[in-house]
Amino acid sequence: MPGASSVSRAWNSDMAYSFRTSPVALASAAIALILIVAAVFAPLIAPHDPMDVASLSLMDSFKPPVGLPDADWSNLLGTDNQGRDVLSAIMYGMRISLLVGFLSTLFAIVVGVGVGLLAGYAGGLVGATLMRVADVQLTFPSILTALLVDGVITAALPGTMRQALQIYVIIFAIGISLWPNFARTVRGSTLVERNKDYVMAARVIGVPSWRIMLNHVLPNVIGPVMVIATLGLGQAIIAEATLSFLGVGLPSTQPSLGTLIRFGDDFLFSGQWWVTVFPGIALILMVLAINLLGDWLRDALNPRLR
Amino acid sequence: MFGFIGSRLLQAIPVLLVVGFIAFALFNYIGDPVNILLGQDHTEAQRLALIKDLGLDQPFFVQYAHFLWTALHGNFGISYRLAQPVGSLIAERLPATLELAITASVLAFAIGVPMGVYTGIHRNTLLSRLFMVGSLIGVSLPTFLLGILLILTFSVGLGWLPSFGRGPVVHVGGWWTTGLTSWAGIRSLILPAVTLGLFQMTLIMRLVRAEMLEVLRTDYIKFARARGLTSRAINFGHALKNTLVPVITIIGLQFGGVVAFSLVTEAVFQWPGMGLLLVQSVAVADIPVMSAYLMLIALVFVLINLIVDLLYYAVDPRLRIRR
Repeated sequence: MPGASSVSRAWNSDMAYSFRTSPVALASAAIALILIVAAVFAPLIAPHDPMDVASLSLMDSFKPPVGLPDADWSNLLGTDNQGRDVLSAIMYGMRISLLVGFLSTLFAIVVGVGVGLLAGYAGGLVGATLMRVADVQLTFPSILTALLVDGVITAALPGTMRQALQIYVIIFAIGISLWPNFARTVRGSTLVERNKDYVMAARVIGVPSWRIMLNHVLPNVIGPVMVIATLGLGQAIIAEATLSFLGVGLPSTQPSLGTLIRFGDDFLFSGQWWVTVFPGIALILMVLAINLLGDWLRDALNPRLR
Repeated sequence: MFGFIGSRLLQAIPVLLVVGFIAFALFNYIGDPVNILLGQDHTEAQRLALIKDLGLDQPFFVQYAHFLWTALHGNFGISYRLAQPVGSLIAERLPATLELAITASVLAFAIGVPMGVYTGIHRNTLLSRLFMVGSLIGVSLPTFLLGILLILTFSVGLGWLPSFGRGPVVHVGGWWTTGLTSWAGIRSLILPAVTLGLFQMTLIMRLVRAEMLEVLRTDYIKFARARGLTSRAINFGHALKNTLVPVITIIGLQFGGVVAFSLVTEAVFQWPGMGLLLVQSVAVADIPVMSAYLMLIALVFVLINLIVDLLYYAVDPRLRIRR
């Protein structure tokens, strides 16, 4: 049974052992899993539908969370100014935050790994120029890059298309702000791999360069990419939340965690802290779990620390 | 010495030219300036006259050179949103941003270095572990959320500190404004500076700790111990001094980042600086402000790199001997 043996091999591998014996990794994986399940299955398990305007009633607005006087068990974390259930809004908001986070990280990986492989294996003027761009871009905070790219593309789009394309613009802007990390790492490891014997052997028997890059070099440089991708996912989620908080992110019809925090920010002084604080806690938990997983992965993949 | 500065300056010029080129391309080709300035009703003759006025009929490189030349004179065009010259808009807001960024950096240095030294020397005490865990949370906490939580605690809850604005400011020397002369101004500065500086502080702490661990293992520290020097003299006189070179570099290089990153803090606290101006401009696609900000921030980064190089030169005698 090849299936069973590969499962038991995975279970007994160094990585799995290190994972099973690290309480931090287990706890953060559990938190991340709970949040992801809550986000993905939000339409099935959320107590209310925050997108359904017809079900909202101003009579229900600003109900406090359970534990405070006048609270109601049907709105566990209270309601906002329009009577929207905060818990349900958080679950739907996490869907959008995670979606944008995953897609923009994926975009950054594709661009960064591509450029890194090209610059490391083929070298040449194009590779050198792109790496120089990466170096310059790395000195700027990524949120500034994302903000400027977002602003410029939005300005270039005709007004009628802005709303519909906003989510793609955000994914592109955040992806562009994150790619240099991947390019630098991949280029570094590619420079080491290209001089090894297996690459030489492949070259001698006439394998085309692009196949050597994708089939031979890529699998050997992908390890560190996983670490940066995990940490990059945390950064991407923070970047999306920040842009949405600044009011230049996603449209209010698709509220992400950052948008929810921005809405709630208006009610801090009138005492309805729960409208801001609970989406904020969800964001912190999500990013902290992802960062701790990334830290664990980095240590687990680093043979010197074993 | 002059050759050193000269070669650094020569390296900086291409970077500035490229950034200037991007800013120029944005300025000229996005959101057609002719249409924006003319409005709906105009004749073909008016349109051609405006194109001639703006120099848009000139060859590409003439336009680029003209753009750079006017930018060098502080003329970045007119803001679409505020209908005022961008140069004076930014000049008005620059002191607020710099004051915030400098305060945040000084705060981060003054607290981060002692924390790093402490955690480097006493690796396994409870306080060290607390600092390390705290720094991890500090890195994971988005800046805008930290600002909101601080406002919630210290403005809404305790009512100790103001939650927005800069308080009363005083004009100094014609163009600089400062809020540091009055107690109300200083109080307004505390929360934004802590929000902006916390990330820097954790970074400096971790860096100093790593460098201290490295240096404390070296032979000259062992030799200093063998000579019977006090641990105070060893830790601060010998070890800390040698950790400061990379720390100064990082702080210096990060300062540009602090200036740029202050846009988030400024938006949370409605701090009337350049960052808030940029955020408001991005929201309505005000291209002239965006391209001017881009050029200014590039200039700040280049200047900081230059200053850090010069500081290197002053701090590290090996650089001087070599030439």
